[in-house]
Amino acid sequence: MSPTIKPAIVSDLGHAVGPARAPRDAALAIHGLTVSYSEKPAVFSVDAAFSTGEISAIVGPNGAGKSTLLKAALGVIPRLSGEVYVFGDTLRNARARIGYVPQSASVDWDFPTTVLDVVQMGLYRKLGLLGRLSGQGRAQALECLDRVGLADFANRQIGQISGGQRQRVFLARALAQDADLLLLDEPFAGVDAATERAIIGVLKLLRKDGKTVVAVHHDLATIRDYFDRILLVNVRRIAEGPVATTFTTENLQATFGGRLATTHLSELAIMDDGH
Amino acid sequence: MGAEFVQLSLIPVLIGILSAVACALPGNFLILRRQALIGDAISHVVLPGIVIAFLLTGVTSVAPMLLGAAGAALVAVGLIEVVKRLGGIEPGAAMGAIFTTMFAAGVLLLDRTDTSTVHLDVEHALMGNLESLVWLQAEGWHSLLDLAILATLPDELVRIATVCAIVVALTLVFWRWLKISTFDEGFAQALGIPAAGLGLGLVVTAAIAAVAAFDAVGSIIVIAMFICPPAAARLMTNRLEHQVAWSVAFATSSATLGYIFAGYGPLWFGSPAAVSASGMIASISGIILGLACLYGPQRSRVK
Repeated sequence: MSPTIKPAIVSDLGHAVGPARAPRDAALAIHGLTVSYSEKPAVFSVDAAFSTGEISAIVGPNGAGKSTLLKAALGVIPRLSGEVYVFGDTLRNARARIGYVPQSASVDWDFPTTVLDVVQMGLYRKLGLLGRLSGQGRAQALECLDRVGLADFANRQIGQISGGQRQRVFLARALAQDADLLLLDEPFAGVDAATERAIIGVLKLLRKDGKTVVAVHHDLATIRDYFDRILLVNVRRIAEGPVATTFTTENLQATFGGRLATTHLSELAIMDDGH
Repeated sequence: MGAEFVQLSLIPVLIGILSAVACALPGNFLILRRQALIGDAISHVVLPGIVIAFLLTGVTSVAPMLLGAAGAALVAVGLIEVVKRLGGIEPGAAMGAIFTTMFAAGVLLLDRTDTSTVHLDVEHALMGNLESLVWLQAEGWHSLLDLAILATLPDELVRIATVCAIVVALTLVFWRWLKISTFDEGFAQALGIPAAGLGLGLVVTAAIAAVAAFDAVGSIIVIAMFICPPAAARLMTNRLEHQVAWSVAFATSSATLGYIFAGYGPLWFGSPAAVSASGMIASISGIILGLACLYGPQRSRVK
């Protein structure tokens, strides 16, 4: 049996928590997750399991609760109900194993700080409240910047770089977290082609190292090239599984309903068995 | 700069500097969080609380004043909710209405109360009583080394020095957390940093600084020091570390120059009457901000 199952968790929860469908050793397992901002839930009773060593996409229309799902899984926003397991452990215990790339539009890029400084924020958890940032930590942050191709921009103020570079800075910060599970919120939103190639290149290298990647994704055209697995959501879970069998016209219609643009339908026609 | 300076000017200058720094430090983070007016709001809302605390206890000591201020802040939060819900108006307008109304109520209360025995009146609330905080027991600079004479330092100085030390310590200890949760709250929470609690702690710290400074220097300086030195500092640099250092430098020079100009400035222009030190300190901080807007190296940044 997998050594990741700790007896403490079982006794901790008492009742039959057992991931009904999701395997315990999934990198990220979500059970019955419900999140609500108002009376209407943004995410309703979603189950999902993201396997170790794969790149997974969370896909759905605007307002379907994709980012909400990701943030609730991270504990960034409170969940109404449901459970989250990271490598079979509770979120609280597994925090150090998670890296996070928020939407780059979610922060104020006029903030007085440098590119390198932002990347070093990925080390803050390890440093604690008062630990000193060593030369080694600085070197590690620089190396992460180098991996996303931004080593030359280390001392720039973060307002003085392009949108694509900002996205890569956030990825470098997540790399500095040295995590086993990386959660990304729309990593390709509003980036140039070069940045998109650089980011997917880094993600594929992470997969090679056995890391798990989960990304909220918008562009249906790149799903097949970039992802192993897909979760289709529209408030509720619509479908989940390997891209090859789950990314079908039927499932997409169920997810997007009337909102699926005709251009997308024509794209899908190519890969599906017919209309 | 002899005995007379130590007796009459040293204490007000020190109190001015400590008040300015205690307000400017949290002001840096409030400005970056787009909450700059919280300092303004706090200094208005606490006035009726302080007056009522005085009416109930009959003394102007720090514990009842802080309690009164805290109570007023809670009442304000509740009233804002009520106005928002019942009136169906936007939060900013509800806040503005409550803050100004509570301040006005505080002014009326003060006006109708017999506070002639203590330094608590409308003018004091606005301007403080910086000039009256003298240290007559001092005989010169050497008094700073004489423990017996040091014990006669005005309470206001001891109080604001304590609060300033607490604010400095909190800023240093929570530096990294404050920085990351101000820049990227979601990421901070993902790291397990209690960002919401930290935000509340920042506002509470600002409130404590405001109440302590309010006592000594009045609400004009409090409002100015929360905003002017940090805002000017932001225009000088693109590093948070340097910004905070600049803001302390600007707060210190505003307090020092303001006090000196208020006391001696009118004499240079042939007028015998000194002007309000608080008003002058706040004005100087505004002038510094104006100069930073015109000449600060980071005044035109990419948005």
